[in-house]
Amino acid sequence: MSSVVELRGAVVLLGRFPALSGADLRVDEGEVVLTHGPNGAGKTTLLTLLAGLHPLAGGAGTVLGVDLATERRALRTVVGLLGHRTHLYDDLTVLDNARFWAAAVGAEELDARRALERVEVEPRLADVAVERLSAGQRRRVALAMLVVRRPRLWLLDEPHAGLDESGRDLLDVLVREAAGAGATVVLSSHELDRAVALADRAVLVNGGTISPSTVGGRLDVA
Amino acid sequence: MLRDARIVARKDLQLEWRSRIATNQILPFAVLVLVVFAFAVDADAAVLRRIAPGLFWVALLLSTLLAAGRSAALEAADGLPQGLRLSGLEPSGVFLGKATALVLQLLVVAAILTVGIVVFYDVGVEDVPLYVITVLTGTVTLAAVGTIYGALSLGSRVRETLLPLLVIPAVAPVLLAGARANERALGQATGSGWSWVGLLALIAVVYVVAGLASYGPLLEET
Repeated sequence: MSSVVELRGAVVLLGRFPALSGADLRVDEGEVVLTHGPNGAGKTTLLTLLAGLHPLAGGAGTVLGVDLATERRALRTVVGLLGHRTHLYDDLTVLDNARFWAAAVGAEELDARRALERVEVEPRLADVAVERLSAGQRRRVALAMLVVRRPRLWLLDEPHAGLDESGRDLLDVLVREAAGAGATVVLSSHELDRAVALADRAVLVNGGTISPSTVGGRLDVA
Repeated sequence: MLRDARIVARKDLQLEWRSRIATNQILPFAVLVLVVFAFAVDADAAVLRRIAPGLFWVALLLSTLLAAGRSAALEAADGLPQGLRLSGLEPSGVFLGKATALVLQLLVVAAILTVGIVVFYDVGVEDVPLYVITVLTGTVTLAAVGTIYGALSLGSRVRETLLPLLVIPAVAPVLLAGARANERALGQATGSGWSWVGLLALIAVVYVVAGLASYGPLLEET
């Protein structure tokens, strides 16, 4: 099986702080990998590194065959990141936002509408300004924008946060569908029961490094 | 790039349409500037006519600060700079789209200001082509400068106060050349104003090219 993510001694500096300090990770195509660890361990930095948002300060790495040291910006159109922020314009309606982000990735309005439908955003919310939505509703719209991108690599940072029970179930279904269709998923979560059930394996991120994890009773190699 | 610019300009104009900030706040502000300056300077009609060309540009510059600050603030919310980096939109297209939306909003302000100086300051536009080209060229420059420095101030916690400090010195030549050309167009000075328009056009080209080239790195730094 070919690797989608390959990090060897990756170092990422946030200012002078080494958020990742020699991280090694391999993720194969179609895998769902859980990263877990304490707050400030480097999970978010790891995911944003894989999205091509940080330069490598040391080590080496490739994501989807793209060299992180030299071509990381090329990654941004083929990965999908659902982070802590929703990337939505408060003053625009749900549909305006969906149209904009869909157009940005070359998708049609119909695709955006279907994605909103898929994540069960109520049709009555289409013309409501995002600022009037609850945190969970915003999260669903952000999830729809991820779906519309059809990424080859899903990067999910605390994806269950802010969602109600049905939203969490829906997210799990979407992740399984994506993995079933050949996409690769790397997620971080503090909701270990749910995340472990979703993941093929887990790794522990701590102090900026990645090590094998025994979470969920499994011992896997990073 | 043009496709991306169209997408971004449409989004920014939609944001204005939904929020009505330019209509409800910036336009009245611009008119207020004209009225307050008229009170402060002199009630003498001859003095008002003489200062009208310069006051037009001062009012347009102050309106630019508000509009550019608003345009930048929109992109600072909820992780939107990261969203734009991940969107796949070309940074030069984002710059062009944002600047175009700003030009269109400022042209509306300029049209109202023109009516304002005609009504309040009792001047007439004697050379319409010169006046229109001067306003158009100057507005493009103001929008380009506002968009560049708006992006530069994006990551700053003191964005609101930093933006005027950056923009005003940068557009001082626009004020000078615009006021001199308008003096001729409004019949307040003799001689040709086209050499001033040439200078304005040169400044516009410099800032548009600088914006196209620098917006990517600026977006990366936010």
